[in-house]
Amino acid sequence: MNTQAAMNAGPHESGPYHLVVVSGGTSDPSSTRMLADRISEKVARLAESREEKVLISTIDLRQLTTEISNALVSQLMGPKLTRAIELLGSADGVIASAPVYKAAPSGLFSSFFHVLDNDLLIGKPVVLAATAGTSRHALVVDGEMRSLFACLRTLTVPTSVFAASEDWNSKSLGTRIERAAMELLLLMESGFSHKIKEESWQNYQHEFGSAGGTELGIDLGSELMRLATGGRSQPQHG
Amino acid sequence: MQFGVFSVSDITRDPVSGETPSEAERIDAIIKIAQKTEEVGMDVFAIGEHHNPPFFSSSPTTLLSAIAATTKKLIVSTATTLITTNDPVRLAEEYAMLQHVAKGRMDLMVGRGNTGPVYPWFGADIRKSLPMALENYNLLHRLWREDVVDWEGSFRSALQGFTSTPRPLDDVPPFVWHGSIRTPEIAEQAAFYGNGFFANHIFWPTEHSKRMIEFYRERFEHYGHGTKKQAIVGVGGQAYIAKKSQDAYKEFRPYFDVAPVYGHGPSLEDFSSQTPLTVGSPQEMIEKTLTFHDTFGDYQRQMFLMDHAGLPLKTVLNQLDLLGEEVIPALRKELAARKDPESADAPTHESLLKAKYGDKPARQPRPNANRGDNVTGGSPYQDSEGSANYPDLV
Repeated sequence: MNTQAAMNAGPHESGPYHLVVVSGGTSDPSSTRMLADRISEKVARLAESREEKVLISTIDLRQLTTEISNALVSQLMGPKLTRAIELLGSADGVIASAPVYKAAPSGLFSSFFHVLDNDLLIGKPVVLAATAGTSRHALVVDGEMRSLFACLRTLTVPTSVFAASEDWNSKSLGTRIERAAMELLLLMESGFSHKIKEESWQNYQHEFGSAGGTELGIDLGSELMRLATGGRSQPQHG
Repeated sequence: MQFGVFSVSDITRDPVSGETPSEAERIDAIIKIAQKTEEVGMDVFAIGEHHNPPFFSSSPTTLLSAIAATTKKLIVSTATTLITTNDPVRLAEEYAMLQHVAKGRMDLMVGRGNTGPVYPWFGADIRKSLPMALENYNLLHRLWREDVVDWEGSFRSALQGFTSTPRPLDDVPPFVWHGSIRTPEIAEQAAFYGNGFFANHIFWPTEHSKRMIEFYRERFEHYGHGTKKQAIVGVGGQAYIAKKSQDAYKEFRPYFDVAPVYGHGPSLEDFSSQTPLTVGSPQEMIEKTLTFHDTFGDYQRQMFLMDHAGLPLKTVLNQLDLLGEEVIPALRKELAARKDPESADAPTHESLLKAKYGDKPARQPRPNANRGDNVTGGSPYQDSEGSANYPDLV
């Protein structure tokens, strides 16, 4: 994990924006990471041309492999995983890039998002990207990954970025990257996720202590709270 | 500050010897462990409740009665009593009975239970476990405080003119702890009634337990039971100790590595450095346990899990000897020195008796002659002012 600049990106509407890249690539260099980096660099350049600034943090999941598998089978969140969750919690936008081996995003990539709490990414704009050895996997991004990120209640951008071996030399990959980058930047500029947090957060189901430990609201007026304090669960007839 | 041992009641194959104890052997062993807990100078022994193998503790009050009968000072308790799948009427009866035979040396901790298949065996539904737990406790609370209860709710048949017998010892209800890891509603209920709150933070981040305890303390004060510092908090912990730290690691590793609760995942080193588990010397256990006080402030009860994962009885008894000789006295001394005079002592039957009656004699309910119902008159007990008059017509 690395962060390119001093990171203190709170809620704001005019930047600097905190962009978090999650790469499921396992080799070094990794084409999955390269694809994510091309998108994040494009976001940064587009922002610069609009006199905005983007701070980029990168989470390489291969460094978290042990901690992710521990978290899957126990409730133990290791220090690197905890730091990754902090980074994502403060993100204004996310680029999620996965390798595809068997008609689905890799197990490591999926497992990472499976162990995150349900509230961490609500409303955050996300670019979905994937690499594969063959274009037969092209629909994985829009089929499997988009539904995973819908479950996490994120706002995925319309353009997904898929790169099979033959795409790396193709001009149209660059076009798709630019399109996705611009979509992400516009969504970050809109402050959508922050507005959700400010104006509509209570309309989402939450668990105490979720959203990376920041979700601390307790509704003392709920029906369960009335029951906890000696009241009746439901109106009874008769 | 009370120190105690709590057991899950698992019957697990000893991975070193390859032997799995029989149910009979393990039940004998747990009674010896409880007796040892008293012998080494600790205060509390608590047993879990489970209704599926490989656990044996389906009937906690029977076991705890036997333990109470063979000990002198030990408080027997639970960790936890299922407030969901048990009928609160049966809980009121069984635990009041235990309170009488244990002469007040008991309390209990109520919890929901998270094993899905157990619920339907008892006609319940895990999806409703939270409202069921809250409502069932509301009823249990009244059954111990009102001689005659009229009640209607969603999870058991209604009661008209019901009296739970025996009435609590000295008419002082058993003290109740509410155990919860992540549910603010349970902390709220504990606070509302002025009961204890137990955070078994063994497997959860300390920050999370701290938030829950802080919420409970605030609400305890809100409901007028005392200040935040006077709220009654219990904390879980677990340890494997040896005179030398490296021996503790060497001896515990084969048990840790295959223990179901650790998931075959994290290494022993990761788990002992990142969770409340102590593996090491008595001094290391003292230091780690004191960090709980740093985090949670003064609290009233510290329980340790010492006997799971197939550890043989002999090893567990040795562990308890070490605890009693080298760890608990040092912790008592240090925590007494740190204690804020404002914070509460752990409730006992004696302290609750004194709080209710002062120096006056305690109420001793004596029933009227059987008249077939509890509905007419105020109470079936002789000291009730509103009791109906049944003149002798002969």
